[in-house]
Amino acid sequence: MNFEEMVQQEKKEYDLLFSKKDAVFIGSATCGNSAGALIAKETIESELEKAGHDAEIIDVGCIGLCYAEPIIMVLKPQKPALIYGNVTKKVAKEIAKSHIIHDVPLPEYAMGSWGEGQIEGITPLFEQKSMKMQERRILRNCGFIDPTNIGHYLAQGGYSGFIMAMSMDSSEIIEVMKKAGVRGRGGAGFPTWMKWQFCIDSNQKTNYLVCNADEGDPGAFMNRSLLESDPHSVLEGILIAAKTIGAEKAYIYCRAEYPLALERLKIAIAQMKERGFLGENIQGSGFNLEIIIKEGAGAFVCGEETALLASIEGERGTPRTRPPFPTTEGLFGKPTVINNVETMASVALIMQKGAEKYSDVGTENSKGTKTFSLVGQVKNTGLIEVPLGTTLKEVIFDIGGGIIGDGEFKAVQIGGPSGGCIPAQHIDTPIDYESLLGAGAMMGSGGLVVMDQSTCMVEVARYFLEFIQRESCGKCVPCRLGTKQMLDVLTDITTVKGTEKDLVLLSDLAMAIKKGSLCGLGQSSPNPILTTTRFFRNEYEAHIKDGVCPAMNCKDFIKYAIDSEICDGCMVCLKSCPVRAISGAKDEIHIIDTDKCVKCGTCLDLCKRKKNAVKVINAQ
Amino acid sequence: MQDLNKILSNYKGEKSDLIPLLQDIQSEYGYLSEELMEEVSKFTGAPESEIFGVATFYTQFRFNPKGKKHVAVCTGTACHVTGAQQIIEGMERHLDIKEGETTPDGEYSLESVGCLGCCALAPAAMVDDEIKSKLSIRSVKKLFRDYNPKKSANKI
Repeated sequence: MNFEEMVQQEKKEYDLLFSKKDAVFIGSATCGNSAGALIAKETIESELEKAGHDAEIIDVGCIGLCYAEPIIMVLKPQKPALIYGNVTKKVAKEIAKSHIIHDVPLPEYAMGSWGEGQIEGITPLFEQKSMKMQERRILRNCGFIDPTNIGHYLAQGGYSGFIMAMSMDSSEIIEVMKKAGVRGRGGAGFPTWMKWQFCIDSNQKTNYLVCNADEGDPGAFMNRSLLESDPHSVLEGILIAAKTIGAEKAYIYCRAEYPLALERLKIAIAQMKERGFLGENIQGSGFNLEIIIKEGAGAFVCGEETALLASIEGERGTPRTRPPFPTTEGLFGKPTVINNVETMASVALIMQKGAEKYSDVGTENSKGTKTFSLVGQVKNTGLIEVPLGTTLKEVIFDIGGGIIGDGEFKAVQIGGPSGGCIPAQHIDTPIDYESLLGAGAMMGSGGLVVMDQSTCMVEVARYFLEFIQRESCGKCVPCRLGTKQMLDVLTDITTVKGTEKDLVLLSDLAMAIKKGSLCGLGQSSPNPILTTTRFFRNEYEAHIKDGVCPAMNCKDFIKYAIDSEICDGCMVCLKSCPVRAISGAKDEIHIIDTDKCVKCGTCLDLCKRKKNAVKVINAQ
Repeated sequence: MQDLNKILSNYKGEKSDLIPLLQDIQSEYGYLSEELMEEVSKFTGAPESEIFGVATFYTQFRFNPKGKKHVAVCTGTACHVTGAQQIIEGMERHLDIKEGETTPDGEYSLESVGCLGCCALAPAAMVDDEIKSKLSIRSVKKLFRDYNPKKSANKI
């Protein structure tokens, strides 16, 4: 069977899902599974079996609405599909009985419809504000195909990009990438075409391609979602890139904390082999490729390209001096291109749809779309994709729905620990490479952590430094010792030991570490301090001069107390206190012993639902 | 050693095999003991110091046995701002151990890990291979409902 015939057959099979009998798509990526997707699936299966109702039940990936997991989609022939959210066991039972078996949709649980036609009382999902503002291109298949079925990917135009690339030579493919303007999505934003060209220019017999799936930035899970929901979109990009640079071996370095992504990658690779997209003489092109998966072992620094290469080579993950750059001397000493997961998916998309289509959104220097994980104190947490140039305000408020509990926005951390935080006064900053650098942050891999007024920015800086210091590989002195020093100073400030000299010291340290560190981890390690002192200096001064944590967060600055005018002596907090710090009797005012209190937040949380009598006050 | 030989037979002993080899061994035995490291050294021809140098660099590798149930709490940014520290402290209190330790009866071990990628449903933790999300102090209580460290301590 040739490629065209294969695609036609798969299209037919996929379309049958919508035309012949009922189908139920269960969102089964990590978020969905952890929220209870399996229970929802088993409940539906059980109800359908009892009723003798036939339906195709398929595990799909993540549609990106993580805040509403578990999510399922009910598809009935010739009708628009309905997407349900927060599908608990009870809700799953009702959906099975009412909608699936008796064709009576349940708008009260629906998030939106999908496909042709309209269901009364339900807005199509992609016409709703939060989805309308997005441009889901990289994520086009996520939530709509079975990631363990290569046929579904083929039916959506999958691998047509590689077939196109087969008939082109390297310089032609590079021209396409240049025209598209695609920049590396791992964080640095280096022009992809240029990296590939440098590798080819090294003029060696053996080149390697490495796909960086380490995604170490805390708060970022875009790559995880893509690998779990549409692994072939990444694998096709790897095929195209490897073919262009003449690599016969490609490595995927994926973090071990992503077991489901690893599992789905392995299945996808096996299916590629079965269908002749991997191995020798792929699809008769004369091109050979072997893909090897390497699991990370828990080192954040191995997301840095030269440390990653060291790890693949079986060594401690310490970075190397550059030059020589990996495109000259990389893996095992050979010219190597290291590209991020989303860059690979972008490459496949460009070859499938064309450079012009890719670059019809974005800004002058930042073309195309970018996926982001929108997390933290925002209502609609999840995975989004927007054209570059969209503002932070639009993302946080229009797509994200604003702050949880209608609280007040304080800052958004972008670019992971190496990035920076952007405060309210700069919320109109467009998300593109240059604008973010101008604001003192960076694009990074795409994690957006939203913070509200309950977040202490000094503590955030301390947290990031703790992370960076722990992950420092130890090779170079400025980073190894400098990060420890910065952390110690920040720890002092957050534990009532800060002095005025500390701010000067931090500034001096920051400059030295930036200049002297060997790799990006060290060079960007002062960024949490630089951005928070730039925009939230008043918080530092409050800690140091006034002995106050304005956000009422840092433990040594606060204490918990019960308001005697509100407390009704219900004993709920008393019984739940893990260190028995609360005394009192039924119907009598309770008192917290501040010497015993560990400020775990249990009583605060419990009383919020009752009288809201527990207060956080200044320790002084 | 039979299981070990089975694992070793999948590899040629090249340097670039070292990390996957150690991962397979830890998967099978639960941790990397000194004896196992000696065998890896013999197999690869690399000195033990080099093997330990690589193994100790990566936080995934354990040198002490883990508990029957292993709990790894995520300390990523999203989890941090939604209360991961409180969760860890709550678990430490409940299990009566500190992070990085195993209960004396070998039932539970606790560690904090880098980002699990479940950020939209923070705070999250991995219990063996299962991810638990949207944790709270109360869900911590539920997680260890049937376990009482003092009772177990009396049995030892």
